[in-house]
Amino acid sequence: MPNAIEITALGKQYGQVTALQTISATVPKGQVIGLLGHNGAGKSTLIKLILGLIAPTSGHVEVLGETPWGSHTHPLRRRLGYLPESVAFYGNLTGQEVIDYLASLKHAPRQQSRQLLERVGLGHAAGRRVSGYSKGMRQRLGLAQALLNSPEIVLLDEPTAGLDPQATRELYAIVGELRQAGRCVLISSHLLAELEPHIDGALILREGRLLAAGSLVDLRRQAGLPSIVSVRLNAQADGSALARELEHMGVVHELQPNGQLEIQVPEGSKVDVLRSILGHPVIADVEVREPTLARLYDWLGANRQGNAGEMP
Amino acid sequence: MNSMLVVAGKEFRDDFRNRWTIAVAILFAFLALGIAYFGGAAAGKVGFTSFAATLASLTTLAAFIIPLIGLLIAYHTIVGERDNGTLLLILSYPLSRTELVAGKFAGHCAALAAAALAGFGLAVAVIQLMQPPTRTLDAWLQIGNFMASASMLGASFVALACVISVMTDDKSRAAGLALVMWFASVVLFDLILLALLVFSGGNRAEQAVYPYLLLLNPIDVFRLINLTTLGHGAGNDLFMGMTASHVYRPAVLYLVMLAWIVVPFWVALRVFRRKEV
Repeated sequence: MPNAIEITALGKQYGQVTALQTISATVPKGQVIGLLGHNGAGKSTLIKLILGLIAPTSGHVEVLGETPWGSHTHPLRRRLGYLPESVAFYGNLTGQEVIDYLASLKHAPRQQSRQLLERVGLGHAAGRRVSGYSKGMRQRLGLAQALLNSPEIVLLDEPTAGLDPQATRELYAIVGELRQAGRCVLISSHLLAELEPHIDGALILREGRLLAAGSLVDLRRQAGLPSIVSVRLNAQADGSALARELEHMGVVHELQPNGQLEIQVPEGSKVDVLRSILGHPVIADVEVREPTLARLYDWLGANRQGNAGEMP
Repeated sequence: MNSMLVVAGKEFRDDFRNRWTIAVAILFAFLALGIAYFGGAAAGKVGFTSFAATLASLTTLAAFIIPLIGLLIAYHTIVGERDNGTLLLILSYPLSRTELVAGKFAGHCAALAAAALAGFGLAVAVIQLMQPPTRTLDAWLQIGNFMASASMLGASFVALACVISVMTDDKSRAAGLALVMWFASVVLFDLILLALLVFSGGNRAEQAVYPYLLLLNPIDVFRLINLTTLGHGAGNDLFMGMTASHVYRPAVLYLVMLAWIVVPFWVALRVFRRKEV
């Protein structure tokens, strides 16, 4: 699959401060990628570089095969959508006027702006001034403008900040639709648990360095973190025989206060462990959980120095 | 170009929507009519006086008000977008920094010119109706000259406001700088020239420099354009005295005024192009 974004030895320096250090990565089309990292990790700088809002100190970015900064970037910009963190609009204009203005700048079809307002649930408030919008409504308006002109790459910086759970679900539904339509979506977020079910891969930054880049499956494989098998026992059942068997297998396990047994299953021995415990009559239910994105993130932070990556 | 026009259209509509343009037009009309009617009150007579005297008074009035309005209407042009958090979003669109600044500049200039034309135009129309007719070609040329130079004066201060706006990172600081600039160009500059004139003690060589020094302030260029057209009897004898030794051709003065628009605008563009967002 061709790449939407190609980053080659990209670096950005603000005076004495290094915001990004020679990062290399590729982001394929048709995938939803999480851009993860602490505050100050370089996420916003990377987004600005991809958008061509700033020029790099070193290295290069290609977005849809073109350089995003310098002159003659208008055609490329029409193919990108961007929702900034803490998005703000012109408070004296109505939602409809704001999106009409932005649609004119992007040469987007006029009727699309109304459709997008309906799509993000702002149709009823289109005639109201943006100064009267709640934070969630402004965020929805931000999402609507990011989708103007059906962009091939959508960059969303903390898109769910200020959104209620319903609006958050709707946002991720739109992200899913974009993926289905073959668009590339790059989402910067701190909310790893919320983000995890919706992304195909991640770029993980720390202090301007790229800790890891790849699909979640590959990143989990690289980290080798154990899966968690949560076992619920039958009422009044004695789980000591099961515990002894697990000890015999050398598998770490712990009885939780709620009576469930949590077993850490190393990568590669999941099937063996499950096969051996499932025959026990004391077991009422079993749940297998892959290492969470948060655990993966913590592990990478503790074990990787960076720098470079590629999305398989 | 198209993006620039989109931005210009928005700024123009915003200035109307914020009632800036309408308020300024009404202010211009009332002040102009008041000056025209009560201008001779000190001499014990009220009523619409000679057309030349009225235009001379309007020139003095416009020299105070138009720079202030030009600065107030545009000081937040870029820093306001930065403060509000809209700059990053708007620059992610197919819109170059040049197009953004040029669009905002053009929109504000158009709004200010529309206000000046409507306000002063209304006043001139009323004066023409109320006083003995002076509808000669000269009178209409003087009116046209006044309108054109007033619009250019407004544009030069909109451009200077753009410079302030791109150089500052805080809207309140930009507002403060705009007021300082207005005070310096309207009051301080002429005071300094006056002091130099007094202390030169009639030194001819030094006095020969003053007509050129006046070109360093767009307000004085505006006065020169209008008062030289109206003649020495039109008022502001001190000002005319400074330029008595040197008569500028209107075309030269218009070129200088144009430079007062183009140079600050170019500076604003250069600064903004280099600024990180």
